[in-house]
Amino acid sequence: MNPFKRSPFVIAAAVFVYTFLYAPILILILYSFNASRTNVTFDGFIPAFSERVEMDGSLVKASPCGPFHWYCDLAKNDDVIEAAGNTLTIAFTATLIATIIGTMAALALQRYDFKIKPFSQLSLYIPIVIPEIVMGIGILTLFSQAFGWLNNAFNLTGDARLALGIGTVTVSHIAFMVPFVTLVVQARLQGFDKSFEEAAMDLGANEWTTFRRVTFPMILPGVLSGALLAFTLSLDDFVITFFTNGPGSTTLPIYVYGLLRRIITPQVNALSTVWILIVFIAVLLLQWLQSREAKPAH
Amino acid sequence: MTSEFAVELRDVVKKFVTPEGNELNAVDHVSMQIKNGEFFSMLGSSGCGKTTSLRMIAGFEWPTEGEVYIEGRAMGHTPPFQRKVNTVFQSYALFQHMTVAQNIAFGLEMEGVGEDEIKKRVGRALEMVQLTGMERRRPKQLSGGQQQRVAVARALVKTPSVLLLDEPLGALDLKLRKEMQLELKALQQQLGITFIYVTHDQEEALTMSDRIAVMSKGKVQQLATPVEIYERPSNKFVADFIGESNFLEGTIKSLARDEAVVFVPALNAELRGMPMSSDFVNGEAVAISVRPEKIRIAENNAKGDGLFEAKVLTSVYIGSDTHVYVDMAGIRLKVMEQNRISRLDPSSFYTKDQIITLLFMPENTLVLKKD
Repeated sequence: MNPFKRSPFVIAAAVFVYTFLYAPILILILYSFNASRTNVTFDGFIPAFSERVEMDGSLVKASPCGPFHWYCDLAKNDDVIEAAGNTLTIAFTATLIATIIGTMAALALQRYDFKIKPFSQLSLYIPIVIPEIVMGIGILTLFSQAFGWLNNAFNLTGDARLALGIGTVTVSHIAFMVPFVTLVVQARLQGFDKSFEEAAMDLGANEWTTFRRVTFPMILPGVLSGALLAFTLSLDDFVITFFTNGPGSTTLPIYVYGLLRRIITPQVNALSTVWILIVFIAVLLLQWLQSREAKPAH
Repeated sequence: MTSEFAVELRDVVKKFVTPEGNELNAVDHVSMQIKNGEFFSMLGSSGCGKTTSLRMIAGFEWPTEGEVYIEGRAMGHTPPFQRKVNTVFQSYALFQHMTVAQNIAFGLEMEGVGEDEIKKRVGRALEMVQLTGMERRRPKQLSGGQQQRVAVARALVKTPSVLLLDEPLGALDLKLRKEMQLELKALQQQLGITFIYVTHDQEEALTMSDRIAVMSKGKVQQLATPVEIYERPSNKFVADFIGESNFLEGTIKSLARDEAVVFVPALNAELRGMPMSSDFVNGEAVAISVRPEKIRIAENNAKGDGLFEAKVLTSVYIGSDTHVYVDMAGIRLKVMEQNRISRLDPSSFYTKDQIITLLFMPENTLVLKKD
């Protein structure tokens, strides 16, 4: 019998952890239904449906969407839609590219010996351990220097001028994602027996077919985990995006930060709730995919 | 072009660089000719070069020097997927993300065989290894023995001219291993395909092989039939490695055809035996090897050639045989006697300090080079 099973300490620790992990999220979701526009205290749900929004001071009395007033408000907010579009575009593009580069790097580090291998391995950890703000400033400096020089050298003017925007955000996201993908895929490759590849070649598959039919399917769970990690990092990245974005490339975290500086309406909560829901569904989906893969197929 | 030999290794060397930076000859000037349709084994302990030799035939490694020929064609740097050999791996290396049928079909797909033909041949291959009905299983759902069969079927379905087997039974338990040994041997005889079999298990090699290459330190120590290897080992290493041997030291006193007379200082007597090398000289220090079961326990007080007295140290009953450890003029020997008579009577055992007479027959007394 497990001696810790009913220890009050274990129960207390569990309650503590769950409270601090999930209470803020629950409160955040609750406040997205807040009748109060100022969102300082919870003043009850929005009680009624009506043709038009009816206000009583800072309290919403009735709305066409009823309790979901702030979600409807959110859907009408073009800035949010644009920011969400930017966020997803950047996350998908950067994840795709970073996953390819990271997987290739992991494969190379696993199977080849070369002079600068210890350096290559170490250089993967550096972007992970250095403060993000340092990296953000570094990337910004690099871009402004390089762009300034290129704009001058090629006499670029007007729209042709190189400037910060979606491109620079994507590139810098790729830069910080690659080490994560590489490390996750490397962990998966640790137990990879090269006799699987030898068997494929022995049976007549050339190098590319061997990779396509045997190696890649076998490391796919690792690649997917790496991609998912990279994707979530990109979705909620604030610091690096803050330094490298430009006009028209506002992402959701940047947008929310901008809202917070003015006024916190429950719209922010509604946005966060939608966000959490999407991530939650994505995680469930991935879990389901992986469990289906692991289960024996009859 | 067909050749008399399925596979030939000509003066093959494989050098590896150890992590400390030293050069190591994993395979050191190895030559062997493997005949068509032969069950050929490479036998040796780990690091003897047997697996590296096999991998060079498969194409996973390329020789540093020398050449590998398959059906008379020099292989050079031909990649594995262009060689007419297939391998059964020690770990089986079954593709976990494919079903049994997909595993077996893989090699045929690579050849571009049509779908119907693949289905037919996969069915036949499964029948051959008695796994019909397992098509849709995943490798992980099979027992070790079944996985091993799938690995064999996957390699054989391509009808290679040579099948390479790298310790294929190493992961199985003893009973299953014995069954699979017989099955593999039967399969090989039925198909007439050349098998090249790598193992460290001498019993396995002796039971299954037509010929065995005993390897050590990257070199072939002896290449012969199982009987020759056991009865006529070419040097002390082979005599020691295969089965058990008692060793005596002496110097050659006289040489004749098929007979050498060796003076053994410890016994202060001469022993007659078979010279296992052609270039002995008179006065040369040699090793004499006698198998435990080939030393006879003679009637007491018998006198004559090859008869010596010894003192019993201990005797161990193991069912089919009794092992008697004796001290013969300071040399410890092991003598094996078959229990042809019932040993229920305690007096039928040899007791400690009993003096017995041993008979060494010249045809079982092997004179070997001393190194």
